[in-house]
Amino acid sequence: MKKTFASGNMAIAEGALTAGLKFYAGYPITPSSEIMEYLAEKLPEYGGILIQMEDEIASINAVIGASWAGAKAMTATSGPGFSLMAEAIGLAIITETPLVVVNVMRAGPSTGVPTKTSQSDVLQARWMSHGDYIIPVYTPWSVQEAYDLTIKAFNTAELLRTPVVVLSDAVVAHLWEPLTLMERGEVEIINRKTPVDPTGEPYPPYKPDPDLVPPMPLFGRGFKVLVESLIHDERGFYSPRDDGYRSLVKRISLKVLKRLDYVYEQDARFTEDADVLLVSYGSTARSTYLATIELRKRGVKAGFLRLKTLWPLDDDRIRKTSNARKIIVVENNIGKIYLDIDRIFKDREVYPSPVLSLELPTPRDVLEAVEPWL
Amino acid sequence: MAMTRQIHPLDKHLRLERIPTLYCPGCGLGIALGALLRVLDKRISEGTINPDKVLWVGGIGCSSRMVFYVNYDAAHVIHGRAIPFALGAVLANPDLLAIVTGGDGDIAGIGGNHLIHAARRNIDMIVLMFTNFVYAMTGGQVAPTTPRGVSTTTTPRGNPEYPVNAVKLVGSLNANYVARASVTTPHYIEQFFYKALGMRGFRFIEIVSTCPEIYGRHIGLRDPVEMYSELRKRVKYKHKPSLEEAEIDWEKGIVIGEFVERSNPSLIEILKGVRS
Repeated sequence: MKKTFASGNMAIAEGALTAGLKFYAGYPITPSSEIMEYLAEKLPEYGGILIQMEDEIASINAVIGASWAGAKAMTATSGPGFSLMAEAIGLAIITETPLVVVNVMRAGPSTGVPTKTSQSDVLQARWMSHGDYIIPVYTPWSVQEAYDLTIKAFNTAELLRTPVVVLSDAVVAHLWEPLTLMERGEVEIINRKTPVDPTGEPYPPYKPDPDLVPPMPLFGRGFKVLVESLIHDERGFYSPRDDGYRSLVKRISLKVLKRLDYVYEQDARFTEDADVLLVSYGSTARSTYLATIELRKRGVKAGFLRLKTLWPLDDDRIRKTSNARKIIVVENNIGKIYLDIDRIFKDREVYPSPVLSLELPTPRDVLEAVEPWL
Repeated sequence: MAMTRQIHPLDKHLRLERIPTLYCPGCGLGIALGALLRVLDKRISEGTINPDKVLWVGGIGCSSRMVFYVNYDAAHVIHGRAIPFALGAVLANPDLLAIVTGGDGDIAGIGGNHLIHAARRNIDMIVLMFTNFVYAMTGGQVAPTTPRGVSTTTTPRGNPEYPVNAVKLVGSLNANYVARASVTTPHYIEQFFYKALGMRGFRFIEIVSTCPEIYGRHIGLRDPVEMYSELRKRVKYKHKPSLEEAEIDWEKGIVIGEFVERSNPSLIEILKGVRS
């Protein structure tokens, strides 16, 4: 364990190193570039390789290739680059490739405001690629949590053989806070299952264990691996029939839902007596939390729920968090996670409270956004 | 009489349960694949290649599909991105020998940017680009290699654009090996691929192929034998031709040969500190 002082971007890089990162490919983009710059300095000392690619499409595809060659691999980007990665994230999903993609959110659409914050990519992070699937999405609110959730993202990717998204934002990225770094051995590190020795016959790379996760044969070890972007059977052979299609698409979603207990994390405070529950996440939750405390000082029985996992959500757990009559969702976008919270609390009053601010919304901004609903 | 299955000497290099291929009758890709497998067989029997380390990577297209017919580690990835996928794999495990296969559309069209930068980096891999002058799998649209004037499904009034010459493009960069062969000269495919397998860095072989089913329709050579003969007439082998001589023109002729042979340090050699 080591105490240090770091930015959110540095914390993500350190989290990746603790998790065992061995390959990084990326392309410069504000406000994520410090992650690549920091790793360019440090990753070789950890026996890894970093390469700056010609674009984000090349970056994510190189990361997928590296993962199949046995390396824990990641890339980091921001909105425009994240959009470019959409197709290949689908490749990682269907080929069940463990990897981590960090999106340090900035204001969009398009080039938007590169240096300013936003939480507008929260639904994109879920379903950016075409097709049916569920991939885990984590969102940190502090420097320490940027570190912790990056480790968790790698663990989830390795445990479930899936791409995982870390959604940071420009505020967390450039925030400096105390950070406690863990040594390996002080924190749980999960590594992918791999099959035992090759038999000389091709190994079926998509044949699941009872946990629905197939052991992952790696390149170069005699398994005659077939990585296949087409809908495929357990061997990786193209299978354009309903039965094969359904079983693959269901399994890649169910394997994540089956471990919802592991994947889903939240942070609930003052929820026991709450009449009003403020739901928030990421950097905006910092101000929402202070606004909650301010409301309580004023005599409003306000509670606070912060989502650390944005997808998949544990509907049951969220519903049981609080008996509050009113739920207000505070987020820095036009009201996106509100749609889910409204669905989950369908028997209660749920209100959107979008702040749409290029800077971190202040607790006063949050109070102003929340007050009309009180 | 009991049915007996004929055993071909190259069967062990194929995933036999996936044969026959989806290639149309008269397609040139089978000739090329046969030549490539004969070379791999030779290299493996010589002990100069470990088959467990061979990785085939293909994007999307007829020739990209070769990768799932061969009995090796293989990845059939997304359109145009075979090169960066292979780059990630060989950087993460430098013992791998990556062979990328793809059509002119996959490699020089949608994947053109990756081709340029892989050659510039001299990253260790072999790229086999099969040029049939058309987008065949999608039904006959214009390709970056389609000659001017040719009518395709998306250029019904004739292709108004100039085609790319991938050999000149890649040769102008830092690739260690740039060659061109044709399915009408399988012995040169074998010779060039054999040499490429013994080298480091970025190695690019363009293989001109016949597509009577799709491209043949566009240029009036629908008959496979006729198309093969017409291509053979146009192919001219030159000994160590210069890049300036790397003509690929249906009217003026198609020059094949070894255009570039360098021994520049590869990216992996530089990263490993073996060479600088």
